[in-house]
Amino acid sequence: MTDHTILRVVSKLLLPYVLLFALYVQFHGDYGPGGGFQAGVIFAAGFVLYGLIFGLTAVRRVAPARMIELVIATGVLVYAGTGVATMLMGGNFLDYDALNAAHPSTGQHYGILVVELGVGMTVAAVMIAVYSTFAGRGRA
Amino acid sequence: MTETVLDTVLGLYNYWVVIFLMMTGFYIVIARGNLIKKVIGLNIFQASVFLFYITVGKVSGGTAPITAEGLEVYSNPLPSVLILTAIVVGVATTSVALSLVVRIREAYETIEEDEIYAQDEAR
Amino acid sequence: MRGLFAAVMLMGIYSFLGASWMLLLDAPDVAFTEASVGAGVSTILALATLALTTRKAKTPVRRPALPLLIVAVTGAALVYGTLDMPHFGDPEAPASNYPHPSYVERTEHDIHVPNVVTAVLASYRGYDTLGETVVIFTAGIAVLVLLRGSRKRRPPGGEGERAP
Repeated sequence: MTDHTILRVVSKLLLPYVLLFALYVQFHGDYGPGGGFQAGVIFAAGFVLYGLIFGLTAVRRVAPARMIELVIATGVLVYAGTGVATMLMGGNFLDYDALNAAHPSTGQHYGILVVELGVGMTVAAVMIAVYSTFAGRGRA
Repeated sequence: MTETVLDTVLGLYNYWVVIFLMMTGFYIVIARGNLIKKVIGLNIFQASVFLFYITVGKVSGGTAPITAEGLEVYSNPLPSVLILTAIVVGVATTSVALSLVVRIREAYETIEEDEIYAQDEAR
Repeated sequence: MRGLFAAVMLMGIYSFLGASWMLLLDAPDVAFTEASVGAGVSTILALATLALTTRKAKTPVRRPALPLLIVAVTGAALVYGTLDMPHFGDPEAPASNYPHPSYVERTEHDIHVPNVVTAVLASYRGYDTLGETVVIFTAGIAVLVLLRGSRKRRPPGGEGERAP
């Protein structure tokens, strides 16, 4: 795809907005449609687009396989860790009220944000990892 | 009598659309030997189940379940929650299925079911 | 249809139409996910699989009579099962009344999150979502295990590669 100038220019223009939109969906999920699952997929779609146009090696430069694997595990850890944190702060597992004892609803809000972040990290990293293993298989 | 039949049809058509799509996917899974087509059939089946859940959650005159001033009736958010996670899990399992197809192709040089059976029996 | 490329593309279009229907049915979150996942990621993955395998499907040799019969009977049974179902959009349907819909209003007070879908997903049903995340994690690891590593070709004529 290296000789398609229009595709290269347009995708380079689009990419920042795709990633920004993913972050918007991630952190605005409490107010509008959105959340970790969708944001993760959109974020990964940005990387997939980059890989389709500029090749897999370019994606591997931005997101090395090692780092992606780390992010996959970190997302799950963030989610489960929130549960453990609420237990340490005196609540039940994943009972976000405990995060802010004075204002339980604020605690809920924090909890949802953190948990959705964990979901988004895992989903995005898994999708990128799956794409790059499929694409990398052909030339190995 | 015709009135009630019409009511029944109008009231239940959503389930019938879903059943039609579901059976299309089912047919592909059992009638086609190509493994990629089977995965596509499973995907169609799966998406029809998603649609089924979402149609069950619809409430006439309701709006999307995002609370706001002046709105009284919301569609049921629970099916949305279930299906939201199911879609992403679905694509994750589909990717596992597709990678198995890739491995099968590498081992057998084919993705047609009958040829794989033939190779297995020839051994 | 012999061309797998067209089949995969049709699957993407089907997902996208499904997403549009979901949007009409007041489920913007789900429509959003279906559009990006079904029409985006799974189509790309299926195309990548085609690139690694083959684009042509064999003409089926089996006659479709038996599968058609099975499908018709199953479909008829399901349609018969729907005759007792609550009608489309019925506010009195059990699915819409249990748990009592007033929890939607209470969510606003309990959690201060206007999007009830997010509130239920991350808070009320937090355990479930943790499980789903672990499923995705596991699937990702499975794909990495299956496809990572060098590509082993069977030696021509030899059968040594395959496990019995």
